[in-house]
Amino acid sequence: MKDMLLQVEPLIPVLRRYARALVRNRADADDLVQDCLERAVSRWTQRHGGNVRAWLFAILHNLAVDRFRRSAARGRHVSIDETNEDHFGNAATQEQRLMYRDVLNKLAKLPEDQRAVLLLVAVEDLSYADAAHVLGVPVGTIMSRLSRARERLQQEIEGTADTPSTNVVPLWSEK
Amino acid sequence: MSHRPIAEDDLHAYVDRVLEPERQAEVAAYLGDHPDVARRVAAFTSQRDLLRAALAPIADEPLPAELNLARIIEQRSWRPAMARLAMAAMLLLSIGGLGGWAVRGTLEISPGGLAALAAEATASYNVYAPDHVRPVEVRAPDIAELVQWVSDRLHRPVKVPDLTGSGYRLMGGRLVATSHGPAAMFMYDDDRGSRLVVLTRPMNSADQNAPMTPKSQDDVGGFVWADDGLGYSLIGRAAPESLRPIANEVRKQARAT
Repeated sequence: MKDMLLQVEPLIPVLRRYARALVRNRADADDLVQDCLERAVSRWTQRHGGNVRAWLFAILHNLAVDRFRRSAARGRHVSIDETNEDHFGNAATQEQRLMYRDVLNKLAKLPEDQRAVLLLVAVEDLSYADAAHVLGVPVGTIMSRLSRARERLQQEIEGTADTPSTNVVPLWSEK
Repeated sequence: MSHRPIAEDDLHAYVDRVLEPERQAEVAAYLGDHPDVARRVAAFTSQRDLLRAALAPIADEPLPAELNLARIIEQRSWRPAMARLAMAAMLLLSIGGLGGWAVRGTLEISPGGLAALAAEATASYNVYAPDHVRPVEVRAPDIAELVQWVSDRLHRPVKVPDLTGSGYRLMGGRLVATSHGPAAMFMYDDDRGSRLVVLTRPMNSADQNAPMTPKSQDDVGGFVWADDGLGYSLIGRAAPESLRPIANEVRKQARAT
């Protein structure tokens, strides 16, 4: 278990960040991370080699999806923890804080599968292959979700989200 | 110079900075000629920067007590270990006397334990060390590949001991079969014809942690021990007193991470 401690402990901060960005509530996010670590401890020896980061993110992601499903079934909305957004820290100016809060609110409007891909790839620096492993889908699906996530977030930012199909500039080159 | 057309996937990989430098330059050149696409790509890049900046401080927060991994591990391993101990104690109490002694005997000679590991390391030494054609499958210059290979097969990170301080140069290594699963073998040479073998594999028995113990068979021998579920054996033809400091060095390096 010593090797587990050495390999997993440094990753706890990034697991917290991913959980918080997904559920947007500090207490719920930390509950998820705690469940994830307990599962990781009990399954450590059955792990099939490979990338520890991707393995941990996969456990965490599956727990988060379960939680989303449960709260959806109960008809309860996941509470957003506005008061806890003091995590932007003292270094950020008031203007930056507003920008940060704004982009996170807009990110929250994306469908969960698009949000997850964008966070894993753009924030957590997972390779496309690792993101595919975490979400249990082919790499091709990751690429199309990533593309849709970025287009959609851009529409939110530009305030054109209500007319999604008309304002999209296709990214395909003309060849 | 390739002429592959620029695809949407390339644009995302460009934003995520995961393209090969050449391809990165090709995409950059393409964007220079296509300002509409360049604007979208710039927008995606600024999204990425903004998200990272907004979320970065979360990873700098101090961890709450309930996310203390050492404690989670401790809580989890305590229960089954105590249950096993309690069961063993009850068994000994109920059988008592001679019966208890017999139980103790079977616990000590656990299959796959230290004695088995020493025998496996000795067998590997006897087969591979005298080999002049191909003593190792992966040679020292490709050590990274070897480490990746054996770590994958052993399902845990394996480190190669560096014994140059003890006068032994790494020749390379291979994956070897034992009756308790795959093991990683590393071979060393002192450039005077004396070779050493270090064999390591996960311990699937009670010997998850075991102190360093000398083992020898005829004039081949060395030391065997287990740390944190991984067993190690250092085997050579040299005298035990000259092997012990080398075994200590192997153990020290394996523990230092």
